[in-house]
Amino acid sequence: MFDTGAVPSTPPIDRLRDLCIIAHIDHGKSTLADRMLELCGAVDPRDMRAQYLDSMDLERERGITIKLQSVRLEYRDHVVNLIDTPGHVDFGYEVSRSLAACEGAILLVDASQGIEAQTLANCYLAIEHDLEIVAALNKIDLPAADPDRYAAEIEKVLGIPASEVLRISAKTGEGVPELLDAVLDRIPPPVGDAEAPLQALIFDSHYDQYRGVISSVRVVNGTLRSGAKIRFVQADATHDAEEIGVRTPSNTPVGSLGPGEVGYLIAGIKDVGEARSGETVTGASRPAPALEGYREPKPMVFCGLYPVEGDDFPALREALDKLRLNDSSFTFEPETSGALGFGFRCGFLGLLHMEIIRERLEREFDLSLIATAPSVEYRVTRTNGEEIVIDNPSELPPAVEIERIEEPFLTCTILTPTTYTGTLMDLCQSRRGEMKKLEYLSPERMELVYRIPLAEVVMDFFDHMKSRTQGYASLDYEPAGYDASKLVKVDILLNSVPVDAFSTIVHKDKAYDYGRRMTEKLRELIPRQMFDVPIQAAIGGRFIARETVKAKRKDVLAKCYGGDITRKRKLLEKQKEGKRRMKNIGRVEVPQEAFISALRLDD
Amino acid sequence: MTAPGAYVHVPFCRHRCDYCAFATWTDRAHLIGPYVDAVCRHIEGDLTASGWATFGSVFFGGGTPSLLDPGDLGRIIRALPLAADAEVTIECNPEDLDAERLDRYLEAGVTRLSVGVQSMVPRALEALGRRHDPSHVLVAAPALHDRGFQSWNVDLIYGAHGESVEDWSRTLDAVLELDPPHVSAYALTVEAGTPLAGDAGRHPDDDDLAEKYELADRALAASGRPWYEISNWARPGHACRHNRCYWAQGDYAAFGCAAHGHRAGHRWWNLRTPDRYVEAVAAGMSPVAGGEHLDAEQRRREGLELALRTRDGVPVASLPPAALDELPAGLVEVEGDRLVLTVRGRLLANEVAMRLV
Repeated sequence: MFDTGAVPSTPPIDRLRDLCIIAHIDHGKSTLADRMLELCGAVDPRDMRAQYLDSMDLERERGITIKLQSVRLEYRDHVVNLIDTPGHVDFGYEVSRSLAACEGAILLVDASQGIEAQTLANCYLAIEHDLEIVAALNKIDLPAADPDRYAAEIEKVLGIPASEVLRISAKTGEGVPELLDAVLDRIPPPVGDAEAPLQALIFDSHYDQYRGVISSVRVVNGTLRSGAKIRFVQADATHDAEEIGVRTPSNTPVGSLGPGEVGYLIAGIKDVGEARSGETVTGASRPAPALEGYREPKPMVFCGLYPVEGDDFPALREALDKLRLNDSSFTFEPETSGALGFGFRCGFLGLLHMEIIRERLEREFDLSLIATAPSVEYRVTRTNGEEIVIDNPSELPPAVEIERIEEPFLTCTILTPTTYTGTLMDLCQSRRGEMKKLEYLSPERMELVYRIPLAEVVMDFFDHMKSRTQGYASLDYEPAGYDASKLVKVDILLNSVPVDAFSTIVHKDKAYDYGRRMTEKLRELIPRQMFDVPIQAAIGGRFIARETVKAKRKDVLAKCYGGDITRKRKLLEKQKEGKRRMKNIGRVEVPQEAFISALRLDD
Repeated sequence: MTAPGAYVHVPFCRHRCDYCAFATWTDRAHLIGPYVDAVCRHIEGDLTASGWATFGSVFFGGGTPSLLDPGDLGRIIRALPLAADAEVTIECNPEDLDAERLDRYLEAGVTRLSVGVQSMVPRALEALGRRHDPSHVLVAAPALHDRGFQSWNVDLIYGAHGESVEDWSRTLDAVLELDPPHVSAYALTVEAGTPLAGDAGRHPDDDDLAEKYELADRALAASGRPWYEISNWARPGHACRHNRCYWAQGDYAAFGCAAHGHRAGHRWWNLRTPDRYVEAVAAGMSPVAGGEHLDAEQRRREGLELALRTRDGVPVASLPPAALDELPAGLVEVEGDRLVLTVRGRLLANEVAMRLV
């Protein structure tokens, strides 16, 4: 054992192990981490909070990790740094950065469900990074567990001998010491030169309102010392290492971190954008080149976010600014909508990321928001040869000026029990998918690979896939380039005035359906006015659907005697207040709820 | 200013109609005696405390005021200081009206009857949960004529579940046969908390109500009973004085539980249940449960909103000119220096009021 004093000492590098856990949602990653913390005495069982690593409320509710955390464990005279990885495809780049900080990975698979698409994708990624994989089947205490079958599956898809696959129960703790033993035995220690110029990899940063940006770092070469002048290579900025430390799991300051060590760094930075995942930290006086693999985060999905109350616009701006301190991977810029007023065009890594940001804005900043339908980035070639990139349907030039529109595609990998193959093929087909591969992983499980336009995946593909397969299928995807498609913009007109918030770009064959559904929905949502209100869907100048909200004929209180007079006044006051809260579009008063419901994607 | 009115609430019914949200009870007949005593005592006390002058009108509303014995009614009327030509109205159920009772009403000082006919079509009456049938009305009306009541009214409700436009037309024809000087016709209104509110399948349709309103307005005007308020039509000289007092922001006293009173911008209401009302008065305490005071601006607006509902309309000069321009066409007419609602405007009176006032 090392010192048990306040300052953990640096172990010799051959007694270090840096690893992560690759697992699908619900396969027990957090429970395993909790059990390991307990076993290594890192957390007093009385202070044990279930699922220690997931610190954000939202993460605990959704059972996924969004922000990476690391923890330092001591086991059998070794230091084990456990680095958490996000479990969702939206955060693939973050996964790759955390893998870059490890020599090995525990592949954790539910012994009653088998390996899932994302886990497989992350595992392939780990193998590409030359990580040593220690595979374990979890939940062997469950009656439905079938470890023999899934060990064979792991052998087939990953080439890991079934006999080497450990069997554990993170819940009861069974097999967890053996798993830790295997980690020490099989995963190699890091390699690095303590005397070389400093090179440390940032694999996560978050903003703390008291300390500023706190980054998770892994030293590759050299020594990171408290108080040293350091340089952030990609951000091209110099800072002082105000505090460095390790997470045990509470933050514990140390004097230095040597090669292979994992810890945190506070350097007086106010914006996480200046300490992004993949950033290289080096010494200001003896700089080293950047580590490989850094990438600017690139938003894939876009939508407009508008405050329900126009007065909240400054509050929304402030909230976005604050949130961005913690998450530099989303973008926003002001935009104006004729229907919704002032808001922001925001870009996200994916749909889940979009939902998370929106939910955090509403929850943590008490805002009520309207989100427009999600869009992707289109490449448009005009007839004059000019090329433009748009992520908002309202920026699309008139059809006559368009030579070609290209849209982004994804390669989607779906793993599913074979019984659902048919329904998933139907789903992919209906989403304009092109089949690339169809293969048995085992007699019971199938791998489907389709090339599908991103716009189709963004539109609740995941939810449909889950509901068609009772949740058994899993999805992974990666960008697969751009291709020209027959795309058109469908406009929705209210009383002959186009409503920008409802415009969308869809495939020609789906335009009629979208127009019909949207006009029908709006007819039900828009209250009757003092005149007939036509609701039309149009492509260019051609109408493809029409509904009418008939003029209202009656709005009067029948009785108005003694007690009714007070009631009548209150009723009129309420009605007037309701009017004030409506958006006026083409003389039509539209309640906010109509926008919210019409833009909801759930049918 | 018109003379003040007095409203007396009678919170007893044999049976509760499922659209009704009024303060009325079917299980308190034993309270009728103490209630009449309490009303008389309340009147006595209030006259001294508030210094009401003579009343120009009295209105017994319910509930079912015809459940009171005409003798009890007489006691209450005699407790009120009345102008010589005072209008004294009582709401009645048709099945309660026979010649003898009518004579006793006259004796008690009643000058005007408001008969709750509601519909002349049995299936509509049944849908409304009313217990009488049209024959009661056919018997009561000639008796009213014979007894020489100065004026009387027929209350109607349109929009019952299953009532066709033809049914409503038949009701109007049958009522006009009876030749009442005054007709009130109300759209069935879904009030929160009533059994009707919980049964969406029986809720009236606004377009159907609008059509029936227009039909009623045509038929009643053509019969020599032009409208004088959104839901009221009468022969010249037969408008209800008491109700006009409400719409002119006049003063009115409130007796009985749940009754509302008004005096110079101050409005108040009495305890809602007869039990608590009787108890409070017996204990010598005020039965007033709450009130509100309208400031000058609220009073001005409310005055315009109420006047807009009447045939008199509002002075054009009292409205912001821009608001008039923005009003959709066909809802109002200018007659001389006054602005009056058209039939379409009456059906959209809330919208017009919101834009103008």
